[in-house]
Amino acid sequence: MIEMQEVYMTYPNGVVALNGLNVTIEQGEFVYIVGQSGAGKSTFTKLLFREEIPTRGSVEVNNKDITSLKWKEVPFFRRNIGVVYQDFRLLPRLTVYENIAFALEVIEESPKSIRKRVMNVLEQVGLKNKARFIPDELSGGEQQRVAIARAMVNHPSILIADEPTGNLDPETSWEIMRILEEINASGTTILMATHSREIVNAIKKRVIAMEDGMIVRDEHRGEYGYEV
Amino acid sequence: MKFSTLKRHFKEGARNTWRNGWMTIASVGAVTTTLILVGVFLVLMLNLNHIASELEEDVQIKALVELTAEQSDLDQIEENINDISGIESINFVTKEEELDNLVDSMGEQGQAWGLYEQENPLNDAFIVKASDPLETERIAAEIEEFDFIYRVNYGQEYVDTLFKFNEYARNIGLVLIGALVFTAIFLISNTIKITILARKKEIGIMKLVGATNNFIRWPFFVEGMLLGVLGSLLPIAVIIVGYYFLTQNVTILQQFDFVKILDFYPFALQISLIIVGIGASIGVWGSLMSVRKFLKV
Ligand SMILES: Nc1ncnc2c1ncn2[C@@H]1O[C@H](COP(=O)(O)OP(=O)(O)OP(=O)(O)O)[C@@H](O)[C@H]1O
Ligand SMILES: [Mg+2]
Repeated sequence: MIEMQEVYMTYPNGVVALNGLNVTIEQGEFVYIVGQSGAGKSTFTKLLFREEIPTRGSVEVNNKDITSLKWKEVPFFRRNIGVVYQDFRLLPRLTVYENIAFALEVIEESPKSIRKRVMNVLEQVGLKNKARFIPDELSGGEQQRVAIARAMVNHPSILIADEPTGNLDPETSWEIMRILEEINASGTTILMATHSREIVNAIKKRVIAMEDGMIVRDEHRGEYGYEV
Repeated sequence: MKFSTLKRHFKEGARNTWRNGWMTIASVGAVTTTLILVGVFLVLMLNLNHIASELEEDVQIKALVELTAEQSDLDQIEENINDISGIESINFVTKEEELDNLVDSMGEQGQAWGLYEQENPLNDAFIVKASDPLETERIAAEIEEFDFIYRVNYGQEYVDTLFKFNEYARNIGLVLIGALVFTAIFLISNTIKITILARKKEIGIMKLVGATNNFIRWPFFVEGMLLGVLGSLLPIAVIIVGYYFLTQNVTILQQFDFVKILDFYPFALQISLIIVGIGASIGVWGSLMSVRKFLKV
């Protein structure tokens, strides 16, 4: 469960990115975050895995206020959150297999279990035959599937995706959405910031619309609702 | 930490070392240069120290007895010396023996001078050795107080000068070694920093996935260690071969019979271990220093 109360966020350069957020998201929900560029969508998601700390307000994730996490606790907290970006953020010198395995090496899984689990997620995202490739040898859609595989491999309770289809063509985007829905079906909460009207309107989920750092609309089975 | 994790860190560190190509070669070169210089200094310093302590061992007190002393006086003196604490040995040398020694030490010239034809100008003497060489001065002073002792000498200036020289050599050596090591650390941390700039993004990604700082640091630790160990191979070879050659050709040095350098074994082994140790420390320090900045997030 995610619960934000009276969250304000001002960047060091004085830009006010969030202006009093109040929101509750239950475990297992699928939420789109929409809004124009600069509305604060990315900042919102960054608060959830302690990439940023709010200037004011509380951010509770799984009943723990993460704004007061000690610096040393952050890595351990993050292991329960999967993160996917539009630029994939894969380790360029590691193979597909090694990129995903990394998330499990960090939690000191046994090599045997790592093998099994990595092969499992690769199967799930349909990249078993590309395990030995490095990211540069893959298409954008394939790289994004690797990023998703890495985010889901240790069964996080929340998966945060910031414009996961931002760099992909429509066809590939639908493929990514299918995988995200599958992950959601297994009980993982999904938060997805997006600019894709087609996706939001076609796959109906809860929609949180932001404007100037505030939530201006919050509907279940909502519409994208903006003219581009 | 699990063994499999440790294995992973070593694999990762080795792989990065390999992949960094020219940067690795540059770092190894810096360590190699440093360690060759440090190694030569160490060999010199340790041998100087060794020679000094050998000489120190040889320091002995020569107490000259007045010509008027009777046998009973000599017995009394010996008894008195024996009563002093910290005496290792006492030997009595007659003036005739002293003359023999002197003539011998001068070789053919000595014969030529015809010293035996003149009246023997030397004194009988007691040769006293202290168990602790540093006690020599005190013991000499006590002996000097005894009756019928004409003069005491123990090559004080000679030994003091040597110790002074040694101390200077050691201090200069340590300063130089320190400066060299520091320079090498600086060079390494800078070369690694260049490769890390490229890896800055990677470190960010690792943190995103929940890697702790130590987890990220480990492969760098391994990489630094590898750089240091690789950099110490050539210096060790140079020192071992060079020192072996030196010990095999000490005939030149043996002319001065006070020069006794350390035996090849175990000295060569010890110096090799010291060099590897310094190399690894330089590498690890340089590497961890350069990664430090990127972990502060
Ligand atoms: N690291 C930062 N330092 C300073 N200002 C920032 C930083 N990141 C974002 N901002 C500012 O905060 C505001 C909100 O940015 P944010 O990235 O959250 O918007 P967004 O809704 O994700 O936009 P987009 O749709 O373009 O990704 C913007 O005005 C932006 O310029
Ligand atoms: Mg954004």
